[in-house]
Amino acid sequence: MQTPLMWVVTATLRLIWTVRAASSPQGAPALVLLLVVLSNFAVLGTTRLSTCIRALAFQGLLLGVLPLLLASSLSPHILALAVGTVVVKAIALPWFLRWAIREAAVRREVEPLVGFIASLLLGALAVGLAFAVAARLPLPEVRTELLVPVSLATVIIGFVVLITRRKAISQVVGYLILENGIYLFGLTQAESVPFLLELGVLLDVFVGVFIMGIVVFHINREFDSLDSARLTELTD
Amino acid sequence: MRLLALCALPLVGALLAGILPNARTGRIALVRLALLVGIALGHWALVASLWVTPAPSIFGGWLEADALGLVVLTVTSTLFLATAIYTVGYLQRETPRGGSLFVSAMLVFLGATTVVSLSQHLAMLWVGMEATTLAVAPLIFHRHDRRSLEAVWKYLLISSVGIALALLGTFFLASAQPEGVGRPLLLPDLLAHAQALHPAWLRAAFLFLLVGFGTKMGLAPMHTWKPDTYGEAPSLVSGLMSGALTSCAFLGVARITEIVMAAGLGPFAQPVLIGFGLLSLAVAAIFVIGQSDVKRLLAYSSVEHMGLLVLGLGLGGVGAYGSMLHVLNNGLTKGWMFLVVGNVVLATGSSAAASNRGLVRTIPISGTLLVLGLFAVTGSPPFGLFLSEFTILRAAVAGGHVWIAATMLLFLAVIFVGMAALILEMALGSPAPGQRRVRESGWLVIGPIALAALVLLLGVYIPGPLNEILTRAAVALGGTAP
Repeated sequence: MQTPLMWVVTATLRLIWTVRAASSPQGAPALVLLLVVLSNFAVLGTTRLSTCIRALAFQGLLLGVLPLLLASSLSPHILALAVGTVVVKAIALPWFLRWAIREAAVRREVEPLVGFIASLLLGALAVGLAFAVAARLPLPEVRTELLVPVSLATVIIGFVVLITRRKAISQVVGYLILENGIYLFGLTQAESVPFLLELGVLLDVFVGVFIMGIVVFHINREFDSLDSARLTELTD
Repeated sequence: MRLLALCALPLVGALLAGILPNARTGRIALVRLALLVGIALGHWALVASLWVTPAPSIFGGWLEADALGLVVLTVTSTLFLATAIYTVGYLQRETPRGGSLFVSAMLVFLGATTVVSLSQHLAMLWVGMEATTLAVAPLIFHRHDRRSLEAVWKYLLISSVGIALALLGTFFLASAQPEGVGRPLLLPDLLAHAQALHPAWLRAAFLFLLVGFGTKMGLAPMHTWKPDTYGEAPSLVSGLMSGALTSCAFLGVARITEIVMAAGLGPFAQPVLIGFGLLSLAVAAIFVIGQSDVKRLLAYSSVEHMGLLVLGLGLGGVGAYGSMLHVLNNGLTKGWMFLVVGNVVLATGSSAAASNRGLVRTIPISGTLLVLGLFAVTGSPPFGLFLSEFTILRAAVAGGHVWIAATMLLFLAVIFVGMAALILEMALGSPAPGQRRVRESGWLVIGPIALAALVLLLGVYIPGPLNEILTRAAVALGGTAP
């Protein structure tokens, strides 16, 4: 535990340094985005599934708060988006994942394919890469310059989690982080995309994870393990 | 009005089928099947009416049946009707564990594909596409055993990640649109102001949408879910996926190509499309050789045809026309083949070549259709696929890409040999001892026969209205009529 924690601290410092270099932080949204990155690192560095899910719920909460901080004026559309996000990403999905773990009696460890230190390093690399790429892109008009790099970093970290974890349920966590990164990018367009569609996207993600959860449940019953590496019967 | 009915009809049907009590036999099961076939028929009739008189766009231009969408919608609806009739026979023989969910999920799938085909708003197209992914999952999972579990997990995870990338691409596209220039993400507005789009974001959007929807199409190297999923799903579901779902995913790729072409970024997009196309052909050629299961074989054949579709788009000119014609041909042929393979599995309990010999003798109708289908699916005359593949080949030669044409021919030849070896082995020869001739139910053969007749018809004659719609679609994609 000691070393991963240290890595979290170092990575955070590195991040803050990058942030300082890349932009001038603008108060609340910047702070929230920083916390989003921290919650990503929490998922990368923890050994326990329940901590992963807690970090994910926290991230969902942050994602719900962000539209309120970014919007120029408080419209019903923004408010509904915030409420919908919190309900789906901070309450419903974490609750459902926790249910799946409990019902399927999943062992609590994460079992990564690569070590925790390596995953945290990959995370730090992802953040650096995201800032480098975002600096080159013509950015859309947004309240804070941090939004696009943090969203890209979250997408990449989601990928890292998806690829480096063996348990099916950790892969669902990775997918959700990826989806959260895309949601962050979507916030740059929040004012121009109608609410109904955002609702559709949220609903799709929700149903998707719901079905994944059911499959995870069955995998555990059939194989007595949530290890997706055992799914190897179908090959050429 | 008709457009709204097209989207709503399947969803209402799905709801009704879901409400009905869960009975596997008896009157209620019959009512559910009648509902399925009735809605498929109604949907098909509505689509047919769109060919006679066009319907005005609704919801402020969000839903409209333009040329590209109409082609995809027609394939989907026709294939679904054939599959619905087949399902009547299938559910008499097999009882999926999903029970009533099976019919409901099929109807939700039809509704979602309709939304994808008609939507002019790219975010709505995405929502519909994701809904197709989700509707198919319970259909793949119908047996609830280890193998179908593995298949559905691979499918869900890979498709979900792919479709997530497509969502990111959609947002990139929104970023490419300058403030106040047209309504956001609406196709007609994007096309009208294509020159004003920011090229860097547009390029990023193109790549992400191509990879995202390409994953759903099953383009190499994102095709890895395909053989496993098609191999494990019930054959009729594999047919719907390889005929209808992939066509819808191709529509997503075609939409962004339309925009990129209008923005004058053809020189950037075309080599990428050609690259994915040739790679898919190569992967299919490598894996077709030595397959031992006909469903997995057809999955690789699907990778091949997806490759041909984007190859045609990438070559431009008459290639775009060839691609649109190929959407029709490929969709109908894949439905035909998978339904026939479904009959093989019903007769002998397996789709593996080792347990199937002399099918022409044991199930004469399906066996014959299987052999005919081999020639159709590999693009031999007089079937429709020959015509569309030939058109794509012509585009390569006309564009001066002789080496592309040569590579394409080489891969097609290898694929033909690989497929013929397996399918002829299954169809001909003498049946295993004790394997007697099986009576084939009318419900199970009428669908594939109708599809085969259509593919044959498309090979010898393209009706005037169809030619006009295909030409319009090709022009929208920056191509020309042959």
